[in-house]
Amino acid sequence: MAFLIITTLIKLIIIEFLFLLPLAAILTWMERRQSAYIQDRVGPTRAGITIFNHRFTLWGLIHIVADAIKMFFKEPFIPAKADKIFFKLAPLIPFAISLIIMALVPFGPDIKCIDIPIIGTWLLTNFPEYSNITLQIARVDTGLLLVFAISSLSIYGIILAGWASNNRYALLGGLRAVAQAISYEITLGLTIVGIFIIFGTAELSQIVAAQQQPLFTSLPTWGVFVQPLGAVFFFIAAIAESKRLPFDLPEGESEIIGYFVEYSSMAFGMFMLGEYLEIVVLSAVFTTLFFGGWHLPIIINLQINSFLAAILGMIIFGVKVFLLSALQLQIRWTLPRFRYDQLMRLGWKNILPIALANIFITAGLVWIDPTYKLAAYFGMGLTIIFIILVIIGPRRATLTATTSFNNPNQNQV
Amino acid sequence: MIIKVRERTKMSAYERLYLPEVFRGLGVTLKHLFHNLFGNHKTRPLQTVRYPEQKLNYPERFRGQHRLLRRDNGSTRCVACYLCATACPAYCIHIVAGEAKDPKIEKYPTSFTIDMLRCIYCGLCVEACPEDAIRMDTGIHTKPFLARSDAVMGHLELLAFPGQKDTSLPYGAQEYRVLKNTEKI
Ligand code: SF4
Ligand code: SF4
Repeated sequence: MAFLIITTLIKLIIIEFLFLLPLAAILTWMERRQSAYIQDRVGPTRAGITIFNHRFTLWGLIHIVADAIKMFFKEPFIPAKADKIFFKLAPLIPFAISLIIMALVPFGPDIKCIDIPIIGTWLLTNFPEYSNITLQIARVDTGLLLVFAISSLSIYGIILAGWASNNRYALLGGLRAVAQAISYEITLGLTIVGIFIIFGTAELSQIVAAQQQPLFTSLPTWGVFVQPLGAVFFFIAAIAESKRLPFDLPEGESEIIGYFVEYSSMAFGMFMLGEYLEIVVLSAVFTTLFFGGWHLPIIINLQINSFLAAILGMIIFGVKVFLLSALQLQIRWTLPRFRYDQLMRLGWKNILPIALANIFITAGLVWIDPTYKLAAYFGMGLTIIFIILVIIGPRRATLTATTSFNNPNQNQV
Repeated sequence: MIIKVRERTKMSAYERLYLPEVFRGLGVTLKHLFHNLFGNHKTRPLQTVRYPEQKLNYPERFRGQHRLLRRDNGSTRCVACYLCATACPAYCIHIVAGEAKDPKIEKYPTSFTIDMLRCIYCGLCVEACPEDAIRMDTGIHTKPFLARSDAVMGHLELLAFPGQKDTSLPYGAQEYRVLKNTEKI
């Protein structure tokens, strides 16, 4: 028992406090820098520390600290007629739920206790009943279902925030969020049915294990290869779930009044951080379902010590999650926001039928050919058609920009 | 009656697929991102002006902090006519008029303050002034303040704009009361 508690605590620290929270914090900085570069700006670079007459700004990373300090020192304002308890509780819900979901995601291969350097043999003699350490905090048989059951709870934080602040605009923002979440949750649920059909399990580490099977020679059975439609629509629906642009109608940072109008100081900061946590968690789940989790086809055949393999796996997992998070930021700074009717139409009339059709197609293809080869051919065919469409698709005559990049007024002082 | 007919360009079926266009858009933003991350900054530098170190030249008619002008004898040109205070949309000019010794001038401001935090730098006071006594051509930004009361600038500060720091010049009628910082309105 002591063994389980200690290893779980260590895993908890690694995945939640050394990976999830720092990555979310870095994303707050990254979003600003990345958007700046996309728009040919510089972004935050000012905050820094001066040590021995040398100024360290770390490319603006110190802004994270500066922001946190600012948030903590602002006045936490609660409107007079707000429901005090729920008002304070609401920002914690999305935050906590992200942490819980991360506990279900496998972030590395199992470690054999004997392979751990220095304490390996000691562990074996003292805890002979435990031979493996799973790099997943909670291995639940209904893993994937639990992920969706819990992630749908985060909407309570939002509707509570909207309702408890006793502000009509906040309430409307909360209602928009709920309507949106309900619409896209169905798509989300339908897209993972394809995953169930292909991998035949809901347990996340088994899904990862199933994705290691070679499909064609060295190509693994990753979700994207056998379920490309599912992957794309899962991603779209999941972005809509996490309320990021182009689906950010519930909050609409700059234009619409959203559910956290009445929040200030760190309560607002929690919503903010919660959003970035959701990005990371979404990337982690997406990686696990469609990108083979912690594994990479080149490394799978390496015969190395399971401890090293675990470290490698964690790094691969981290890199994949990071890249997917960066992709989400990129999408945010590329697409304009949907109108509300467009959002609903897209959810109910476009994505939902395709997700539904995807189930039947997948089921049919797997029924004809249980080795998934047919599904993979179908997926690759779709992908190739799509790439061709993107490349040779008809283009509208665009206005030619006449921006001069050398500003004559700009002079060094 | 004029009816303006705006033609709406319909999206083609390909464009209504949306996803290919999304990927094209991603391509555009990624191009900018990678250019600015790794590309040649000489051919196309970032547009940001790094402000305190790097400044743009202000246009000639830039409205900076106000100044009050003097006559040749050093007295203020302002005749306390209240036109600027009346024109001011932000109600931030406060004038207290006193009787001038020179009967041709009649009045002068014993106190003339502008609340720089309320001022919206619209320049209407300058337009209103019949004596050309107030101008906004100093070209300087109003400095940041630590207390709101510091933002209320009295006539002494307004007269001592850069280049005319010498406040020892005789000013208006000699009984002019020198306001201390704490006495500002
Ligand atoms: S610039 Fe406009 S707002 Fe400022 S003092 Fe003059 S009239 Fe008032
Ligand atoms: S309008 Fe000119 S002369 Fe009249 S009070 Fe204002 S500054 Fe003085």
